[in-house]
Amino acid sequence: MRFTKDHEWVALDGDIATVGITAYAAEQLGDVVFVEVPDIGKTLKQGDDMAVVESVKAASDVYAPVSGEVVEANAALGEAPDTVNAAPEAGGWFAKIKVSDPSQVEALMDRAAYETFLQTL
Amino acid sequence: MTMNTVGRPTAPVPTSDYIHPTLTGGRGLLQDEALIFELNAWAKTGVDIPDADRPADDLAGLLRTTPVGLPGLSEPEAVRHYVRLSQKNHAIDLALYPLGSCTMKHNPRLNEKMARLAGFADIHPLQPVSTVQGALELIDRLAHWLKTLTGMPAVAMTPKAGAHGELCGLLAIRAAHEAGGQGHRKTVLCPTSAHGTNPATAAFVGYSVVEIAQTDDGRVDLADLAAKLGPDVAAIMVTNPNTCGLFERDIIEIARLTHDAGAYFYCDGANFNAIVGRVRPGDLGVDAMHINLHKTFSTPHGGGGPGAGPVVLSAALAPFAPAPWVVHHADGFKLVEEAADEAAHAFGRMSAFHGQMGMFVRAYAYMRSHGADGLRQVAEDAVLNANYIKARLSDVMSPAFPDGPCMHEALFDDEWLDGTGITTLDFAKAMIDEGFHPMTMYFPLVVHGAMLIEPTETESKQELDRFIHALRLLAGAAKAGEVDRFKGAPFHAPLRRLDETLAARKPRLRWRPETIPPLAAE
Repeated sequence: MRFTKDHEWVALDGDIATVGITAYAAEQLGDVVFVEVPDIGKTLKQGDDMAVVESVKAASDVYAPVSGEVVEANAALGEAPDTVNAAPEAGGWFAKIKVSDPSQVEALMDRAAYETFLQTL
Repeated sequence: MTMNTVGRPTAPVPTSDYIHPTLTGGRGLLQDEALIFELNAWAKTGVDIPDADRPADDLAGLLRTTPVGLPGLSEPEAVRHYVRLSQKNHAIDLALYPLGSCTMKHNPRLNEKMARLAGFADIHPLQPVSTVQGALELIDRLAHWLKTLTGMPAVAMTPKAGAHGELCGLLAIRAAHEAGGQGHRKTVLCPTSAHGTNPATAAFVGYSVVEIAQTDDGRVDLADLAAKLGPDVAAIMVTNPNTCGLFERDIIEIARLTHDAGAYFYCDGANFNAIVGRVRPGDLGVDAMHINLHKTFSTPHGGGGPGAGPVVLSAALAPFAPAPWVVHHADGFKLVEEAADEAAHAFGRMSAFHGQMGMFVRAYAYMRSHGADGLRQVAEDAVLNANYIKARLSDVMSPAFPDGPCMHEALFDDEWLDGTGITTLDFAKAMIDEGFHPMTMYFPLVVHGAMLIEPTETESKQELDRFIHALRLLAGAAKAGEVDRFKGAPFHAPLRRLDETLAARKPRLRWRPETIPPLAAE
């Protein structure tokens, strides 16, 4: 699993990247009340707005951590947005992206680097 | 002597300290109140309408047979229902209402008296203009005051609220860019501390929004602004004073950089009450700014009446102002309505008619009763009151920007609550128990656990001292570890703490009957 400075995570399996927001992000957001996942088939560039997550605190954009095409979206979050709080780095995934450039994933932080990054915030 | 041995006891009897929940849901003399649809008033009616002197069924089979579904309360029932609901609400007529960024100030009763004059209150937008000359003159005079106070050459009077004014301003900017062959500009810059309406308005107009970073002292980061201004930028939207309650001291430079990049400067005028009479936005290089009449000029908020958000415009944007507007000719006042010569470049209109007449009357009454010197004092007293609060609370709470004075609102963060286990939300709820409406919390988003206090100029020192005293006591209790006082609060309000998460996840936006009620008896 790899991480961005904007608190998204990526897990690559072949050329399919599962993406979501980190446990740290979910905790900072507080109770998530609404999630808008991307449309299947949408082409994203790294850093594009990918999804919207809304908590009792604020509405936030979630950025695409990698470029590619959305091949699956976690529609279950529509009915159960609290999954993002309960299992942010597992069942609370947002989308699966067929990546166009796997090297983008390699360039992201590993967990140790992300943990170190969190210490600086 | 005569001795009454059966009446009320004359000696005090010991009272119990035991506090128990009430049996009915009432509190003190406040009764629990259901929704009006839940008052079991389906089968009756509060009015006695005489039988019509025509055939009962004149509708050729169209007579409604299904229930209308309206409760038939009598007048005293209806009055009590709404008065009881109002008792659960907080109002500026009850006490200080220190919501930062909202400017909840007293609504002078003189405004109300003027707004009820028949010549203003009982007219219709479609009356011949010859019969509403006085009303048009008032709009014209109010427009003159707004232009004079802001140092701007034009004003669009028709927008119906602050955010509607933002929309008007950006539509004028878009029209100006299109007219100047700059229609390709698709980006609007907003600071991270912006009111949420700013990026929302830009997105609604079709622009994409890019954030401008903030400096450590709570102002626009000039270097970041300069880096992001480019040939794609249509406008910047900056609030001044900003939502941290701070004056953007580089405002002239912000305007210069913006204009040099070919963009327009939209100023969110929500906080104009802090500078009215002291600073003219036109002198700062502003191209468009809305003025919330319900903030700076004391017209009522929300349930007190509709909003009004006139937009002042620079010479560059003035030709694109929306119709209609009032003009004065030798034969009197008239409204420019059509896209003829006078309104050839108007981008369209923001509302069907001339704007919120009732609010115009109130705002104008406020201006005339204060005078130019009084309006200047409005700004000065608003700033003085906020700084008094900041100074009196800074030793027990942590000001977000401790250096230098604030403008009309005092902003604290939650650093002073570190280690207490108490959050900004808990603290705000405990304020309710002490009889004070909380300040704005968790806004602006750039400050951790923000508490934004705007006392306004209409509060006396005595009232400010009572508020400060309550906050100091609560701060002391928080630091003394009285966590229970905060975690369960409010204990004394008509309702205890509500489940905001559930309300957001599963909102019930409409009341629905469990069964179709029977048709009210005739």
